[in-house]
Amino acid sequence: MVTEELVRRVAAVARLDLTKDEVEKFTSQLSDVIKWFDELEKVDTKDVEPSFHPLKTENVFRDDEPGECLSQEESLSNTSHKEDGFFKGPKSV
Amino acid sequence: MIVGEFVKKAKKGKAGLEDFYVKLFKDLKRINQEYDCFITLCEEEALKQLENLPKGRLYGVPVSVKDALCTKGVQTTGGSKILKDYKPTFDATVIKRIKDEGGVIIGKTCMDEFGLGGFSTNCAYKVPKNPCDKNRVTGGSSGGAAVVTRALDAPHIAIAESTGGSISSPASFCGVHGLTPTYGRVSRHGLLDYANSLDKIGVMAKSISDIALMMNVISGFDERDMTSRKEKVPDYTMTKSVKGMKLGVPKEYFGKGVAKEVSDLVWKGIKKLESKGVKVREVSLDMTKYSLPSYYIAAMSEVSTNLAKFCGMRYGLELPLKKEGFNEYFSRVRSVGFGSEAKRRIILGTYARMSGYRSKYYLKAMKVRTLVINDFKKAFKRVDALAAPTMPVIAPRFEEVEELSPLEAYKMDLLTVGPNLAGVPHLSTPCGELRGMPVGMHLIANHLEEKKVISLGGAFNE
Repeated sequence: MVTEELVRRVAAVARLDLTKDEVEKFTSQLSDVIKWFDELEKVDTKDVEPSFHPLKTENVFRDDEPGECLSQEESLSNTSHKEDGFFKGPKSV
Repeated sequence: MIVGEFVKKAKKGKAGLEDFYVKLFKDLKRINQEYDCFITLCEEEALKQLENLPKGRLYGVPVSVKDALCTKGVQTTGGSKILKDYKPTFDATVIKRIKDEGGVIIGKTCMDEFGLGGFSTNCAYKVPKNPCDKNRVTGGSSGGAAVVTRALDAPHIAIAESTGGSISSPASFCGVHGLTPTYGRVSRHGLLDYANSLDKIGVMAKSISDIALMMNVISGFDERDMTSRKEKVPDYTMTKSVKGMKLGVPKEYFGKGVAKEVSDLVWKGIKKLESKGVKVREVSLDMTKYSLPSYYIAAMSEVSTNLAKFCGMRYGLELPLKKEGFNEYFSRVRSVGFGSEAKRRIILGTYARMSGYRSKYYLKAMKVRTLVINDFKKAFKRVDALAAPTMPVIAPRFEEVEELSPLEAYKMDLLTVGPNLAGVPHLSTPCGELRGMPVGMHLIANHLEEKKVISLGGAFNE
């Protein structure tokens, strides 16, 4: 059962502040979708392995050697929140 | 003119590339004004590319790119406000390979925010309009790519991307060819991820041979994408004879929810292939009904983790810094930066992965996915390829889409999520029109057998 309280709790985990309207709208829309998700219960998956990828994948390794990397200037080129060559965040402390 | 011919002409110096590009950008601006298909046009960058263009396999070819792929120094938004003004410091592997072969990047095309939609109506910037009827949607999420491909009367290839049908849907609705390769055939390095286990970069074009040419350039292993395949890349332009090929028709793809007029046109297409020596038989994909919820749980779970990195720091949308905690700042940015559909899917995906629900939803969906893959594998033991309608209907009108609930909208992907969940290659090719609107036929083959669908598509369009 999807309640407004649950939607708010999940949104907080996902770092989203929802408006009152959004909470109301999402609660009914998400109920529909989750009820639909529940249909999978009808499928017998006993002894079935999960497929996290469509094809078999393997870990790929390489030697741990330094390669080319971005300059400090390039790294900081997409933000205005910077100071003395560092990224800047909110004043949390 | 097919792109291959244009490249030959250009290499001989007979394409008049500079004048060609001046006219091209005039046309692109006109098309963009009429149908809203580009988020960014790169005229300046394109002309700069012309100054020192490698004489490769794509010499002089205009290439449009879905805004989900990183392009060095050119705004890359993923169709989201949260990445407004983001200018990547690198090119995606696909873009690098195109540029190295002399392809010219002309612009970044419109899309549903982060690919989250099937109609290109969940757009933070412009909502593209269907060139066949401006009152109808283009399909999504690679809507802009299909519009440019359809509306531009010049050699051009579009780079698009599909997670659950985002190449096939707009290709079908706008009447162009669209190939979604095998998962891992094309490197995803530099793609703004939607769902890592489902995302595939692919191609849209006006002719099948253009698609084959582009596939030759972008396919193959990339050490920057551990899921990219090491298998040798065949020459996709060398097609095979389709005579004697076995084509399966999955009965579940012609059933409930599929417009009869659409099924009839696709059947006509299948008969045409039969007349070219293809052997047709019925097959069954039993798990079709369950592929939809399984797909949506997978896609939403993955997108909720992928979008976690967008938080207003280092790049993308920023808000003034205040005295507050990091979480409060992140929440503020994310709440104004993401659109409704992104928020909905983040919440659903977070829910499906939360402790107490993980095995009920996420793990269950991954097990059902195994059964969906087995369905396809079983079918491909009997046949070389499958044929089905791409979309169950023709492109709906904007007001029809507005009336759909999110769940009703998700269910429109009925015919595209199966092949995407199984990661098998599929080509949508136009097979006729209904009341002036195009209908697409899907040709689907086993993993790494792109060549079969390219050959079938080629024979069909001969």
